[in-house]
Amino acid sequence: MIAYIVRRLLYAIPILIGVNLITFALFFVVNTPDDMARMALGMKRVTPEAIERWKADHGYDKPLVFNATQTGASKFTDTIFVEKSAAMFAFDFGQADDGRDIASEIASRAGPSLAIAVPVFVVGLITMISVALLMVFFRATYVDTSGVVLCVALMSISALFYIIAGQYVVAKVWRLVPISGYSGSLDALRFLLLPVIIGVVSGIGAGARWYRTLFLEEINREYVRTARAKGLSELQVLFRHVLRNGLIPILTASVAAIPLLFMGSLLTESFFGIPGLGSYTIDAINHQDFAVVRSMVFLGSVLYIIGLVLTDISYTWADPRVRLE
Amino acid sequence: MLPFKPALLWTDLLLFGLVLALLLVVWYIRRHEHLAAPWRKVAMSRAGMVSATLLAVFATIGLLDSLHYRPALPDEAAAAVPAGKTAPGKDAPGKAAAGETRYAVELRSVLDLLLDPLPSQVETTYSAPLATRAFNKTAIEGDEGTVRDYPRLKYGGAHLVDDSSYGGDIATRAAGGALKGLGLGFAVLAVLALLLSPRRAVDRLTGWLAGNGEDAVHCAAWTLLVVAALGGALSGLAGAYHVFGTDKVGQDVLYQILKSIRTALVIGTLTTLVTLPIGVVLGIAAGYFRGWIDDLIQYLYTTLNSIPGVLLIAAAVLMTQVYMDTHPESFETVTARADFRLLFLCLILGITSWTGLARLLRGETLKLRELEYVQAAQAFGVSSWNILGRHILPNVMHIVLIALVMDFSGLVLAEAVLSYVGVGVDPSMISFGTMINSARLEMAREPMVWWALAAAFVFMFVLVLAANLFADAVRDALDPRTRVRGVA
Repeated sequence: MIAYIVRRLLYAIPILIGVNLITFALFFVVNTPDDMARMALGMKRVTPEAIERWKADHGYDKPLVFNATQTGASKFTDTIFVEKSAAMFAFDFGQADDGRDIASEIASRAGPSLAIAVPVFVVGLITMISVALLMVFFRATYVDTSGVVLCVALMSISALFYIIAGQYVVAKVWRLVPISGYSGSLDALRFLLLPVIIGVVSGIGAGARWYRTLFLEEINREYVRTARAKGLSELQVLFRHVLRNGLIPILTASVAAIPLLFMGSLLTESFFGIPGLGSYTIDAINHQDFAVVRSMVFLGSVLYIIGLVLTDISYTWADPRVRLE
Repeated sequence: MLPFKPALLWTDLLLFGLVLALLLVVWYIRRHEHLAAPWRKVAMSRAGMVSATLLAVFATIGLLDSLHYRPALPDEAAAAVPAGKTAPGKDAPGKAAAGETRYAVELRSVLDLLLDPLPSQVETTYSAPLATRAFNKTAIEGDEGTVRDYPRLKYGGAHLVDDSSYGGDIATRAAGGALKGLGLGFAVLAVLALLLSPRRAVDRLTGWLAGNGEDAVHCAAWTLLVVAALGGALSGLAGAYHVFGTDKVGQDVLYQILKSIRTALVIGTLTTLVTLPIGVVLGIAAGYFRGWIDDLIQYLYTTLNSIPGVLLIAAAVLMTQVYMDTHPESFETVTARADFRLLFLCLILGITSWTGLARLLRGETLKLRELEYVQAAQAFGVSSWNILGRHILPNVMHIVLIALVMDFSGLVLAEAVLSYVGVGVDPSMISFGTMINSARLEMAREPMVWWALAAAFVFMFVLVLAANLFADAVRDALDPRTRVRGVA
C-alpha cells in the first residue's frame, strides 16, 4: 500500500513537469516578456527603456532558458525558466503585480474558499444521492419520469442564472441575507448561507440524473434479486446493497474533486464578494496578472494529482477486492 | 459592379464545411440499413423530434447569420470617406478609379438584411419591452420651457398618433404577424412533404397535421407551427416596437438575442472539429497499440486534465489577447478580429476537452481488440491500419456520436461563464455571455432593468434544453447498453 502510494506520487513528477512546461511555453515563449511589458504599460508610445525597466522590476530581464553571460551552472539557473517556472516546485510563486507574496496570499485565501466549497460538496453529494435513490425507488412511475424531466431542465439552466436570480430574490427582495460580503468570525454564516444553497441547487440536476443511471444499472443485477428474494424490504435493498455497490463510481467522481475544493469557485466567490482563491483568480485574469494565473495553474495541477491518489486509496476502502500493488 | 461583396470569415467557412460534412454523413447513413436503424429510433422519439425541430430553427438563424457580405457604399458616401477610415488592402481609397464601387468596412450578414431595419433602430438608452416611452426621465425642451418627463422613443411605437390606440395596435400587429408566421410554417411543411414524397405529398402533409399525440413527426410538425406563429408575432411587433426592450446604449435586445445564436452554435459545433480528430486518433491508438504509445498518450491526457480547465482557457485567451494587441495589423475589420478570437476560443476549448473522449475510446478499444473478429483479422495478417479503419473505428462510432451531441449543451453554457470571467468571446461580439455580463449590473438599478437578462437566459435555456433532450434521444437510440436495458 505504502509502496503503491509512493510510486503514484513519483509518477506525479513527470506530470507536474509537463504542466510546468506547458505553462512556461504559454506564458514566456508564445508571448515574450517584451509583449507582456508592452501590454502592462499600455500600447501607445512605449519606450524601449520603459520596457526594460518593467522587465527588471518584475524579474523578467533574463534569457528564457540559456544565459550566455554567466558561467558554469548559472548558465542554466540564472534564467527565467528556473527562477519563474521551475521555482514553483518549491511552492515559491514569487510576487503578484501588486507586490504581494503569492504564496502567503494563497494561504490566507484558502480558508474562505473552503468555507463555501466544503459545505457545497458535502450537502450537494448527500442531496444528489438522496434524490437519485428516491427516483430509483419510484422507478418507472410518474415520480421518476417527472424527476428526470426536472433534472434535465435544471441542468439546462446557466449557473449564472442561479446566482443572479438567487441573489436577487433571496437577498434583494426578501432581504433574508446580505447580498455579498464575508467576515472571519462565526458571523460569516449569514454570508455563506445563500452561496452554499445556490451551489447545491445548481449542481443537483446533472448530479442526481447521473447517480440515478448508476443505481439503475445496479438494480437489475443478480445480487439485488437475491436480496429481494431473501425478504429484504426495497429500502434495505437500496441502502444496503445498491448504494454500497454504486460507491465505486461515486468515489471516482467525488474523491478526485476534494483537493480541488481549495481552488474555490470562480463564479460564486466573485458574485458574493468572498475573498477566496476563486475571486483571487478572477481578479488576476481581469488584471492580466500572469504570475498569479501561472501559480494557480500549478497549484490546481498539484491538487488534481493528489485527488487521483486519494481516489485510488478510497477504492480499497469501498471495495475490499481492490488491492493496490 | 455588385451591390455587395461577399466576405468569408473563417468561422463561416468552417461552419458551412461542417454542414456539408453533416449532409454527407446523412447521405451515407441513409444508404446503410444497419446505420440508419438507430436513427429511425430517434425519429420515433417525441422528445427527440421536438428538440430536433427547435435545434433546426436555431441552426437556420445561425447559418443565415453566417452569410456575411460588405454592402456597397453609395457613391457620394464613398467619396466622403476620408483616407484613414477604410480598411487597408486592395480597396483602399485613392487607388480606386472613379466609378468603381467601394464597400463598407463593417460586415453585415443575410440575417441583418432580413431583420432590416431592426439593427439600425437604436434608441438613446434603456426602454422597457414594447415601450413607447424611455425608461428614464430626461429634460425635454417644450413650448412651455423645459420639463422632466419620459421622452417618446425614436422608433418604439413612433407611428402611434395617440396613446389610446396602443393596446389595439399591439394586438393587431401580433395577430397579423402570427398569421403570416403560420402561413410560412405551413409552406415549409408543404415543401418538406413534397421533397420527401413527391407523389403523395398531400397525404403526408395531412398525416403530419392530423396524427395523434403518440406520433413523433406529428409533434414535430406542430412544434414547427407554434414556433412559426410565435416568430411571426415577434416579427410583426418588431417592426414598430422593441419587443424585448433596449439595452444601455439603446440597442434592440431581440436583435442581440438573434445574433447571439450564431456565437453559441459556433462554439458548440466548431469545438468538436478540434476534439474529434485528436480524441479519436489518440484514444484508439492508445487502446489498440498499448505499450509505450499507450503510456505516452495517457501521460498526455493526464497532464492536460490536471490543469484546471478554466485556468488553461484563461491563460491561453490572455495570451491571444496579447498577440492581438501587439499585431493589430493582421486584422482588417473589427469583425475579423472578433472572429479570430472566437475561432481561437473554439480551438482552446477543443484542446481542453478531448481528454474525456480519448479515455472512453481507449477503454472501448482495449475491449474490442481482444474480440474474435479482431484476433482473426490479425491472424490473417491484415495490416493494423486496416483493422483500425474497418473493425475498430466503426464499432466505436456510436461513442463518438454520443459524445458529440452531449458536448454541445455544455459548450453553450461554458461560453456564458467564460465571457463573464472575461476570457470568452471578444467584447465586441454579441453572445449570450456578453449580454448577461453587461446586463448583470443593471439588477442593482431601481427600478430594475430585467429584460435583457431575462431574454438572454430564456433563449439560452431553450437552446440548451433542446440540445440536452436531443442528446438524450440520440444516446438512448445509439448506446447498446440502454438498448439492452430497454428489452430487459
